Amino acid sequence: MSLGLRLERLPSPLWLRAAIPFIAIAITFLLVSVLVILAGANPLAVAYELLIDPLTKNSARADILVMATPILLTGSAVALAFAGGYYNIGAEGQLLAGAAAAALIGQYVGDLSAWVAIPLMIVGGFIAGALWALIPALLKVRLQVDEVVTTLLMNSVMGYIISALLNGPWRDPVSGWPQSPTIALSAQFPRIIERTRVHLGFLIAAVVVIALWWILTRTRFGLELRAVGKNRDGAQFLGIRVGRTMLTTALISGGIAGLAGVSEVGGIHYYLIGSLSPGFGYTGIIVATLGALTAPGVLLAALFLALVSRGSLTASRELDVPVYLGDVIQAVLLLVMLAVLLLNRYRIRRA
Amino acid sequence: MEFIFTLLGATLRISTPILYGALGEMVVERAGILNLGIEGTMLLSAFGGFVAAQLSGSIYLGLATAIAIGILLSLLMGFLSITLGLNQHVCGLGITLLASGLALFLFRIIYGGESIPPALEESFPQLRLFSGTILEPVFSQYVFTYAAFLFVPLLAWLLYRTSFGLRLRSVGENPEAADTAGISVFRTRYVALIIGGALMGIGGAFLSLAQLGAFTHGIINGRGWVAIAIVIFGNWKPWRVLAGALLFGGLQALQLRLQAEGVQLPYEILLMLPYVLTIVAIAITGRNASYPAALLKPYRREG
Repeated sequence: MSLGLRLERLPSPLWLRAAIPFIAIAITFLLVSVLVILAGANPLAVAYELLIDPLTKNSARADILVMATPILLTGSAVALAFAGGYYNIGAEGQLLAGAAAAALIGQYVGDLSAWVAIPLMIVGGFIAGALWALIPALLKVRLQVDEVVTTLLMNSVMGYIISALLNGPWRDPVSGWPQSPTIALSAQFPRIIERTRVHLGFLIAAVVVIALWWILTRTRFGLELRAVGKNRDGAQFLGIRVGRTMLTTALISGGIAGLAGVSEVGGIHYYLIGSLSPGFGYTGIIVATLGALTAPGVLLAALFLALVSRGSLTASRELDVPVYLGDVIQAVLLLVMLAVLLLNRYRIRRA
Repeated sequence: MEFIFTLLGATLRISTPILYGALGEMVVERAGILNLGIEGTMLLSAFGGFVAAQLSGSIYLGLATAIAIGILLSLLMGFLSITLGLNQHVCGLGITLLASGLALFLFRIIYGGESIPPALEESFPQLRLFSGTILEPVFSQYVFTYAAFLFVPLLAWLLYRTSFGLRLRSVGENPEAADTAGISVFRTRYVALIIGGALMGIGGAFLSLAQLGAFTHGIINGRGWVAIAIVIFGNWKPWRVLAGALLFGGLQALQLRLQAEGVQLPYEILLMLPYVLTIVAIAITGRNASYPAALLKPYRREG
């Protein structure tokens, strides 16, 4: 790259950087043990159910992939945006926009083959997510309006739009239930592992993570994006078109989040419901942060959180620990990780 | 006429928790911190207040607990965002996720799988002024509501008429200059967080100890996010924040009323209006909005 841009760092020793996730996980489990004891369970037994037991069974391993799918996508979406200095808190709304588009397209593709129907849904969901990301992005680029609050508020607006759709035109005429009509058979994602619920969405998520890695590390756009993220004025000075880079970043991020919605509609539910996402957009922020805004990090973080989520299902059944333990662990891990990452403060060398 | 008075009364009631949240968030943001932990803070306060009131039989102890939880979570926010200087929005969201998770987890431990939680035997009563007159539906409110309206001039006085208010605003606008002038940026921001957390706690307590007298998972239901919108809509000024809260409460009251009357209308449009108006307001004022200049920026002394 002949940008004259050198994102050099003076990192802490390698052993420390490698140890950081483990330190964070250990501290998290110590903190959460208090709650586990309150719930009357043995912390070690719970740790086994959460971290080891799901890996020993085929069905649980498959569940982990299913549960990782949406947060791999929202995590990638958030990681890309954050790396570019665009704090997209709106993945939740963008996911729902993509889901609504998928539910809409899926209803009308019954006459097409799956080879056409599914790509249509994917493209439509991506565009819907990107469009929903457009307004805050334009406000940011054109008017310097901070994106954190606008993207957050857009989530609530989309929530109401979905609710209006489900209580209005898409309300099930027979049951009166607020859920959209089932998508056509040809639009339903195929299973990619026999006798499991692992569906095409996981493959899409894997491709997206690889694409994220490639964009961030192997393309000129990725370099510009990271330069803008590190130092906006410096990037401007180097001749990078900051506004355009940021707009593109925001739109791709929104599009990827939209894919998470497509994947949940196409691979899991086959229709749109209000409870489609239990906050996958926000979990994406956890995934991206735990993954240090890198593609390999996002992959590991999403799989780890999916492992804990799957494990907390068993823990609640076997040990009578409330299933919300998984949510608490995710949040504690996020905060602990943020704090522990301070050990790894590096200095950015000015080129 | 009676319709209007009933609507006014409902508006005041619905505005109350949002007004507490928005005033709390306003104080914190004025000091340069965006506290996205508000949604979870209000939820855990509502929950903790309810549990304390139920166990002790004292609604006042419940209220105190709710305030204490609001302050504790705000101190955690302060530790992460001020002392450690971490990214404010990620910390804030983390606190919301943590507090929400904790509320649901502890609820399950204390009340098991019961779908209908035990309600309070005694919750805060309504204070009926002008009873027997046409104004009765307007002024049949909980003490919280009357108090909320007192907090507006009180906070306006605090922000604009006291030296503490001046310090708080200067820390939010230009922490470097404030520091040079001998103002402790850290301490001022912590105090702002404590005031804000207490107000958020009262907002949560209003719902579980007065209006509902019970706790449900969806008790906050996005009111924290609405509060954040209203702070922007109100341009970080107490009286305009009040106007924003009343506007939101009014739309919500109208929506409930229309639904009850059986008017066929996608009520979501009224509900999303405050958000849309806020975004439009930001778009129009754009750079001219009186954003506290140091919002979202952790403060570090150079050198």
